[in-house]
Amino acid sequence: MTHGDPGNRGKVLVVDDDAALAEMLTIVLRNEGFGTFVCETGDQAMADFREYKPDLVLLDLMLPGKDGIDVCREIRAESGVPIVMLTAKNDTIDVVVGLESGADDYIVKPFKPKELVARIRARVRRFDEPGPESLTMGDLSIDVAGHTVTRGDEQILLTPLEFDLLVCLARKPWQVFTREVLLEQVWGYRHAADTRLVNVHVQRLRSKVEHDPENPQIVVTVRGVGYKAGSS
Amino acid sequence: MTIWRRSIQARVVISTLVLSAVVVSLVGWILLRQVTDGLVSSKTESAVAEASRGTIEAQGRLTAASGTNFDSSAQLALLVASIVSRGDVQGYDVVLIGPLAGSSEDLASGSGTRKSPGLETTSVPERLRQVVERDPGTSWTYTRVRYEPDTKLPSAPGIVAGSQIRLPADGGIYTLYYLFPMTQQEETLSLVRRALTTGGTLLLILVGGLTWLVTRQVVTPVRLARRVAERLAAGRLEERMHVRGEDDIARLGNSLNQMAASLQKQIRQLEELSRVQRRFVSDVSHELRTPLTTVRMAGDVLHDARGQFDPATARSAELLQKEIDRFEVLLTDLLEISRFDAGAAVLDLEDVNLVDVAQRVAESTTALAERRHTRVVVKASERPCLAEVDVRRVERIVRNLVTNAIDHADGSDVEIFVDSNEEATALAVRDHGVGLKPGESAMVFNRFWRADPARARTTGGTGLGLSISLEDANLHGGWLQAWGQPGEGAQFRVTLPRRAGDQIAKSPLPLVPIDASRGAS
Repeated sequence: MTHGDPGNRGKVLVVDDDAALAEMLTIVLRNEGFGTFVCETGDQAMADFREYKPDLVLLDLMLPGKDGIDVCREIRAESGVPIVMLTAKNDTIDVVVGLESGADDYIVKPFKPKELVARIRARVRRFDEPGPESLTMGDLSIDVAGHTVTRGDEQILLTPLEFDLLVCLARKPWQVFTREVLLEQVWGYRHAADTRLVNVHVQRLRSKVEHDPENPQIVVTVRGVGYKAGSS
Repeated sequence: MTIWRRSIQARVVISTLVLSAVVVSLVGWILLRQVTDGLVSSKTESAVAEASRGTIEAQGRLTAASGTNFDSSAQLALLVASIVSRGDVQGYDVVLIGPLAGSSEDLASGSGTRKSPGLETTSVPERLRQVVERDPGTSWTYTRVRYEPDTKLPSAPGIVAGSQIRLPADGGIYTLYYLFPMTQQEETLSLVRRALTTGGTLLLILVGGLTWLVTRQVVTPVRLARRVAERLAAGRLEERMHVRGEDDIARLGNSLNQMAASLQKQIRQLEELSRVQRRFVSDVSHELRTPLTTVRMAGDVLHDARGQFDPATARSAELLQKEIDRFEVLLTDLLEISRFDAGAAVLDLEDVNLVDVAQRVAESTTALAERRHTRVVVKASERPCLAEVDVRRVERIVRNLVTNAIDHADGSDVEIFVDSNEEATALAVRDHGVGLKPGESAMVFNRFWRADPARARTTGGTGLGLSISLEDANLHGGWLQAWGQPGEGAQFRVTLPRRAGDQIAKSPLPLVPIDASRGAS
């Protein structure tokens, strides 16, 4: 257990059972100005999460005790904090299961430190306060500054990533976004990496904002191209 | 003919029927012959006996009456009438011809022919008449007994027996013929023939039916076994035969079932092995990747800080960094290969334009190509070159082929051709470098194979690239082939079906480039 100095860029909770990798991650993240806290088991993860209140969780998928998927679901149940999964498997099924359990992004081992840092930065970059802006999308109203989405009087809870995705679509309701464009604008990737990310998150967003997720009206699929905001 | 070839049952039944028919006909024919012979000979005996008796009696009567009556014609008429009336009762006809020339002075008295009413005189054959006229004893022969048309009696085969009698009244010699029609015998014969035919036919039907039944008992289980074997072959390993009894067929069924069970067991074992293998690959993957990640990050930190090191340490940090890269690529390739070997590779299909793929790869390899003083040129067909493929794998194939070509191009242009036809889309990568020696075009796909071990490895290939590309192409149901000539360069062509897994008959692009085939001829 290493308590790091609270970095000026943000606090990262590293959940990984491999001590060497965890220490190396700590070194790299501190060099980049992040504060870190290492947790070595899945069972301990929730307690550390509540105590440390990180800005981002770096979560290994395979953990002793409770595995990464379960930890991910538990964190997601009480918080929208960004989660980046570390996985050794690049098979579609493993990636999709991880993303569906609530992770915002994933990175496959072995990765370059710069790539990891870029992904983490992309997820915690929102320190600049956006100006007051109000958008509507179907019967939803979005308060960008207040980070809230409401349907009538009812507030819909979205993770920051889902919120970004919705706002991105809502700002340009006339435009069809390809998966690659969404990856760049929402996830902050320069080069198109993996469109599975987009598919899974659009499904999750729909399950929260659509009346009938089987027949989406708010986030509409444009076959062969990508997604766009539904016409209201 | 198909039935003959394909059905044992039909073959056995038909051949049995043919053989039985031959045997039955033979037996019938012999029987008929014997019956005919018996009937005819007995009739002949009785007929000849009857004729002799009749002649002797008639002669006796004539001799007895000779003293009293000298009117020859009256005598003759009387004689004939008595014999005819007897013939009517006994079923024969009579002809009296005479007198023979030279036997009587008074030729006018009773010459001519006297006979049973309605009988045709021609029924007595000329040859018999000559014999009888010469020989005083009784002679006989077969004939056809004919009647005059107005009697409406049918002609019939018969026996004619003739002998001479002497008429005391004029001393003339007459010939007397008895004709015995064998109508009755003929009727009996036709009855026998009918009986034989009916019997033979019934026997044949019986034999045919029996054969059909017997072969059915054998063939039906064999057919069942065939059906089960076909299903087993189609992969339904849980199929078994129903076995009843302990006969040969039941034992065949038992053996088949045992074979199926043993096959099923073996396949289960193989499946289990493959599962274990996949599991192992996945575990190795995780176990190797985590320490490699740590090493990789440590290497990066050292690499970034190399400015503060002395030259030897700084160079070491650089080498470490470079070799970690290579190690990582090698590990990735090895894991990919073992995934193919375990049959765990799956396709993630979508419709892709291969021209786009070619352009993307050409762009991404520009830097590498410039370092090797070459260019990558895409020469695509006007047609849309769509195919249902796993874009990640296809891009990997193309990147492999292009980096390979850049490596061997020796500064000449690398060309990417793309074309399509109705069923397939093809992409060929051509270089004009050192080319391949004869026989090497098959070996290039072998794992860790290198054309020239002394050649510099500038692009850092692992030696697994083409093997992986070949597996990727096969996974789509496509082809990956190589062509090369020393000094002419080489061409690698990948052909992918429009729909993954479909059959390809012909690739839209030639394997041997047009410029090379023209040069060779």
